[in-house]
Amino acid sequence: MSFAAQVVNIEKDYMLGTVPVRALRGVSIDFPHGDFVAIMGSSGSGKSTLLNLLGALDRPTRGKYLIGDRDVSQMTDDELSEIRNERIGFIFQSYNLIPQYTVLENIEVPLHYRTGYPRIGKDEQSRIMHLADLVGLGDRMDHRPFQLSGGQQQRVAIARALVNDPKIILADEPTGNLDSKTEEEIMGTLLKLNKEGRTIIMVTHETQVARLAKRQIYMKDGVIAGEGLFPG
Amino acid sequence: MFWYRSYKSLGNLNVMPNLLRTVQLALKSLMLHKLRSGLTMLGIVFGVFSVIAMLAIGEGASQQAQQQVLQLGATNIIVRSVKPPRETASQQNADSFVLRYGLKRADYDLLSKTIPTVIQAVPIRELVKACRFLHREMNCRIVGCTPEYVDMNHLSLAQGRFISDKDRREKTNVCVLASGTADELFQYEDPLGQSVKVADRRYTVVGVTRSREASAAIGGSLSGQDFNQDIYIPLETMRVRMGDLDIDRRQGSFSAEEVQLNQITLRISDIDRVMSTADVIRESLAHNHKGSKDYSVVVPQELLKQAEQIRTIFNVVLGSIAAISLVVGGIGIMNIMLATVTERTREIGIRRALGAKQRDITLQFLTETIVLSGSGGLIGVLLGLSTPTVFQLLKTLAEQFFFESGGASDFSQMFKDLVPQVVPSSLPLAFGISVGIGILFGLYPARSAARLDPIEALRHE
Repeated sequence: MSFAAQVVNIEKDYMLGTVPVRALRGVSIDFPHGDFVAIMGSSGSGKSTLLNLLGALDRPTRGKYLIGDRDVSQMTDDELSEIRNERIGFIFQSYNLIPQYTVLENIEVPLHYRTGYPRIGKDEQSRIMHLADLVGLGDRMDHRPFQLSGGQQQRVAIARALVNDPKIILADEPTGNLDSKTEEEIMGTLLKLNKEGRTIIMVTHETQVARLAKRQIYMKDGVIAGEGLFPG
Repeated sequence: MFWYRSYKSLGNLNVMPNLLRTVQLALKSLMLHKLRSGLTMLGIVFGVFSVIAMLAIGEGASQQAQQQVLQLGATNIIVRSVKPPRETASQQNADSFVLRYGLKRADYDLLSKTIPTVIQAVPIRELVKACRFLHREMNCRIVGCTPEYVDMNHLSLAQGRFISDKDRREKTNVCVLASGTADELFQYEDPLGQSVKVADRRYTVVGVTRSREASAAIGGSLSGQDFNQDIYIPLETMRVRMGDLDIDRRQGSFSAEEVQLNQITLRISDIDRVMSTADVIRESLAHNHKGSKDYSVVVPQELLKQAEQIRTIFNVVLGSIAAISLVVGGIGIMNIMLATVTERTREIGIRRALGAKQRDITLQFLTETIVLSGSGGLIGVLLGLSTPTVFQLLKTLAEQFFFESGGASDFSQMFKDLVPQVVPSSLPLAFGISVGIGILFGLYPARSAARLDPIEALRHE
């Protein structure tokens, strides 16, 4: 069986000042194609570290991380950048849009960093328009982030995450800063994307959000404590 | 298939299509802080402007010096009498009230007759005397000279004729007025045919010269000459009418000088022989004057070389000052870029997460720095082009406030005549330096931005 992503017994150590910290102590998870996983856990449980590794922002100290058939754990910095650009879409809690850019320019950013730096052509432009319509911002392309509400900003971020058509979407508390109505909208969009066949890995600490995922993984002290919902 | 592979590898380095875009984005980020970017740019603007302006002033000064030397004549050698310092003078002439010094007619004979490379020798005697016409009186420089004087000093006549050989032979009482003298003494009359009274004798005016710009002093050995307050009379006439003795009586004091000739201008046959002839002249005069330094030999060609040397020193000094201001501008840019990197750490993190490689970040910040310093350079070049206008303006201001009294000292004269010449090659040079400064001082902030850990950067508030 092939997986969208697969972590095999990964460990991550880092130094916090002079104190060595074992943030991950052997974690193995398989992500089949079209999976929708919610990773939960209290702060310090290692879920952020896991998400950083899954997002190819960092390499594990030990263990293997496969995206498709490629082993990320041995890659150079440039190769990690390529993987992030081509295979992974990021959605952050605080949206992380570039403030001086318009909506259109923000959605374009990942296109600028594609391998070989091809020009943004007609295809890409129509794709951006399609994505903007999909998230309902087609009429606000020349707005700046500060002119948008939190929900609108997060939808721009979703459009940006999709512009390079990645197989995996990583969402770090995507609704953490939003009210419940907007939360529903955003989760609706993520579910729709999941139905289209994209693998979604989401970190959250809200049970009602985690419930919408296909499965839930609970982390504690750098290892997987269990699967399923753990209310309270 | 080598060409194919190299084509492909070129494709990978395909930055050119995105260059315009990168520059656009850089401009966008810089426009976000207009005041900050503007102030940062100012350092480079002034640096580039000062490089161009300094070189322009240096070039102007050098052309001025060259022109003056050419006016003196590149094939000329000028020998002038010099009044010795007072102490040595009083020792030598302890037994006499009369101070005797300077060139003798014997020197003139020696130089004009014994040195074969001298093809022409023009002797001059100068005295400052009061001149009168009717009730109008002014102090003039009386110049006893020969007909060649007019060519030698690039004078031209507005009216009448200059002194002729016949005047010299017959020692006639004729004179030629310089334009300034004519204007002062003959405010309403036609000067031709009138007579001017100098030292109790009357001289008939036979000509008036056109006004000529005063020559400035060069290298200290030849003071500036104002040709507009002169009266020219035949040298021989001067000798018989006024003699060699110039007695200056004042209240309670009395001084007398005896000078035979004030200046001999020698024209040399061949420009290559000027220097060797100058040596011969120095030898002969040293022998005749028995070591007393009451004369000086001015070789315009030597002055030209001196002027070149001074210009080089000038350029090096001015250039260094300008370079320092450019470096200071560069440090300012580096400072601001480091602050910008800190301020935009999060943006860097976002870009890295979205797939930017380290070199993409480096390129982005480097482009911003280069756009900043390059546009500063461009403005500096435009300002630099206006150097002559700005200088002219300053000159007008300075003349109004400082030189009102008309104190035509050598310095102010030189300042007045100076016209800065923008050196064309300094424009691309200064612009290139500004871009180079951008690269040099932008590289460190750009590299430190690229080396940020993406996770840390994303977490940055």
